[in-house]
Amino acid sequence: MKREQSTATPFWRDTRIIPILLQILFVVVLVIIGSFLFNNAMTGLDKLNIKFGFDFLNKTAGFDIGDKSIEYTPRDSYLRAYMVGIVNTIKVGFVGIIIASIVGVFAGISRLSNNWLLRKVSTVYVEIFRNTPLLVQIFIWYFAVILPLPKIESELNLGPIFISNRGTAIPWFNATSGSTVWIILFIVGLIAAVIVRSRLINKQIETGTNTHSGLWSLTVFIGTLLVALLITRSAPFIFDYPSINGRLYEGGYILKPGFQAILIALVVYTSAYIAEIVRGGIQAVSKGQVEASKALGLKNSTTMSKVIFPQAIRIIIPPVTSQYLNLIKNSSLAMAVGYPDLVYVSSTVINQAGHSIENITLVILVYLTLSVITSIAMNIFNKKFQLVER
Amino acid sequence: MSDQMNVKLPQKRAETPPPKTSVGVIGWLKENLFSSWLNAILTLIIAIIVYFILKSALTWVFISAEWAVIANELRFLLVGRYPEEQVWRIWTLLLFFHALLGLSWGFGKGVMNSIAFTIGGLLFVSMLLPFIELSSRLWIIANLVTLLSFFYIGHKFPKVKKITYIGWFLSFPFVIFFINGLGILPNVSTNLWGGFMLNILLAVVAILCSFPLGILLALGRRSDLPVIKYFCIIYIEVIRGIPLITVLFMAKFMLPLFTGGIEVDEVVGAMVALTMFSAAYMAENVRGGLQSLPRGQFEASQALGLNSTYMMIFIILPQALKAVIPAIVGQYIAIFKDTTLVLIIGLLDILEIGLSVIAKPEYIGLDMEVLVFGAVVFFIFCYLMAHVSRRLEKSLSVGNR
Repeated sequence: MKREQSTATPFWRDTRIIPILLQILFVVVLVIIGSFLFNNAMTGLDKLNIKFGFDFLNKTAGFDIGDKSIEYTPRDSYLRAYMVGIVNTIKVGFVGIIIASIVGVFAGISRLSNNWLLRKVSTVYVEIFRNTPLLVQIFIWYFAVILPLPKIESELNLGPIFISNRGTAIPWFNATSGSTVWIILFIVGLIAAVIVRSRLINKQIETGTNTHSGLWSLTVFIGTLLVALLITRSAPFIFDYPSINGRLYEGGYILKPGFQAILIALVVYTSAYIAEIVRGGIQAVSKGQVEASKALGLKNSTTMSKVIFPQAIRIIIPPVTSQYLNLIKNSSLAMAVGYPDLVYVSSTVINQAGHSIENITLVILVYLTLSVITSIAMNIFNKKFQLVER
Repeated sequence: MSDQMNVKLPQKRAETPPPKTSVGVIGWLKENLFSSWLNAILTLIIAIIVYFILKSALTWVFISAEWAVIANELRFLLVGRYPEEQVWRIWTLLLFFHALLGLSWGFGKGVMNSIAFTIGGLLFVSMLLPFIELSSRLWIIANLVTLLSFFYIGHKFPKVKKITYIGWFLSFPFVIFFINGLGILPNVSTNLWGGFMLNILLAVVAILCSFPLGILLALGRRSDLPVIKYFCIIYIEVIRGIPLITVLFMAKFMLPLFTGGIEVDEVVGAMVALTMFSAAYMAENVRGGLQSLPRGQFEASQALGLNSTYMMIFIILPQALKAVIPAIVGQYIAIFKDTTLVLIIGLLDILEIGLSVIAKPEYIGLDMEVLVFGAVVFFIFCYLMAHVSRRLEKSLSVGNR
């Protein structure tokens, strides 16, 4: 009995039990702090006579939103206002991601160009826009570039595009009765072209004779579009050119000043980061690859598009994904220039109806959902490119 | 045999110089700008665009821009509504920091050189600016003299190293004491803190506090204890998934509710929000460093009988952090830039003050001047940080291999 006592470890020194105790302690502390905070919040809300819950979302919003992509009037509910905000956030995020990627890839490749001037210009671009705060850039675009533009009465235009401090009006297209047929056949043609091309390329690899894959797939695609023209006997859509009527734009699609400022700023800022990532990715491809493709007699552009870029893109995708996520999150700064994105709407709702906890929770959930969707999409994309490897 | 006799032996000839088109200025131009037709066209187009951009930018900067607005509002932009008769406290603080910087510059080298040269250069330029008031000019000269003289001291007596480290360590409470007053000096409450000073304060607090917090979160994420692990994962992923504005909103709208009526200072709230936000990113950076370490490091330190605390502090973290210095500095730059966001919750940082300057009737139409000033101020500091990070990375990797 005595001997047993001396060898048995007391439970507070048992490595199997300590972790469990630690975790229990952690949970207890967490629960105590959490319930303390929650309790405070509830008593505070009681004092203010506010009932916790999401019911308020069905009440009438009562405020107007200047820049909306879906139908909305002040008589709609807060929930509808939130929908407008979410659509606006997605709009600026989506367009921003596409343009920023294009600009960023070009700027990144330019940084490695053998043209000295181009290299220097893109280096200056990247350094300037990476090292100044995004909010300052947004304000510069908004207050110092877009708002001082001439008034709408001066009818400043670049061809069909009208520019003024009320926003920029660009030509847009309106659907016609045949648009659906056009879209369906367009997609069908695209798929058929891709299938034809990959079949022919496979054949070319097997037999070694040139099958003119590009030409054939183009023929298939154009053929389908001709069929569409024969069926509908009309253009796929009609252009809607903007014009100025008094002090208002008529027709076309109007990019409001706030949207322009946030979009330009996000594109410029994010593309500077993407440029650095692209440069790093390209530099990470081993030099032997370039030398080998030069030895095979490939052109510079072919080397870049067929040898280096497919390898670099694997290194590039993960950090670029986080830049895309950053762009979406940074679009919340739109509220500083009055573009009614999600955060703008939620802060208006908080000011009007209170319910800060519910509103902020809602915003967090939406952003998390957007982040998860973007991550998943990029992961699928990433997997596609990983398959190329071997 | 006779054939061979007829072959002339190659004579040593004077080396012909390379063609003029491949050396010197022409050679450089040919190689770097006009290597092919396409390149030549590209060069011409870019040159024309750059010419027009530079021309309009330079005419704006030197001719049409009215910098008087910056000259008149400089104090406002830099320290906000901080009472004028108390500004000497900020100057004294700067003296203190320049003394520390000078000492560190004295015995440090490499990275410290570029920091000290940039700061000293800034002081020198601002000393020469024509519109600076006499008192400020004297303060600037005093700062410059302090920097140089303490550089001399640090250089001559390397023993001051310890004092310098203690000085840096104590600097933070010192700063708070000097800026706030804490009852000994006249109190300057946080709603008077503003301008660029506020940006720097917020950034420094967020950087200092998020560093240990980030390390703890990163270690927690790798922990074997599921509760702690998932808590850390959820915290990190949620914070990284939402914009900083929402975290600042939480500090503004939700924190007062949760504390149960206790007034939370807005500046303190912003500091907490920035710290919590950047801790999540810091944790991911540190985790990257931890993952880059080979298992052998862990196993070796366990074999030496170190317990996990010692193992982390002496073996793992120094290597892990060294591996991710660029990422961490990048994160610091991001926090520093993000401090401008506090204007959305109503703090008077440099940008908010810039906007209020623009709104004054006498400065109508001078938006570009004020905003560009703000951008330049940030650019100098961010570029310096990025430069230091690159230098640090280089010097550390040299020691490694």
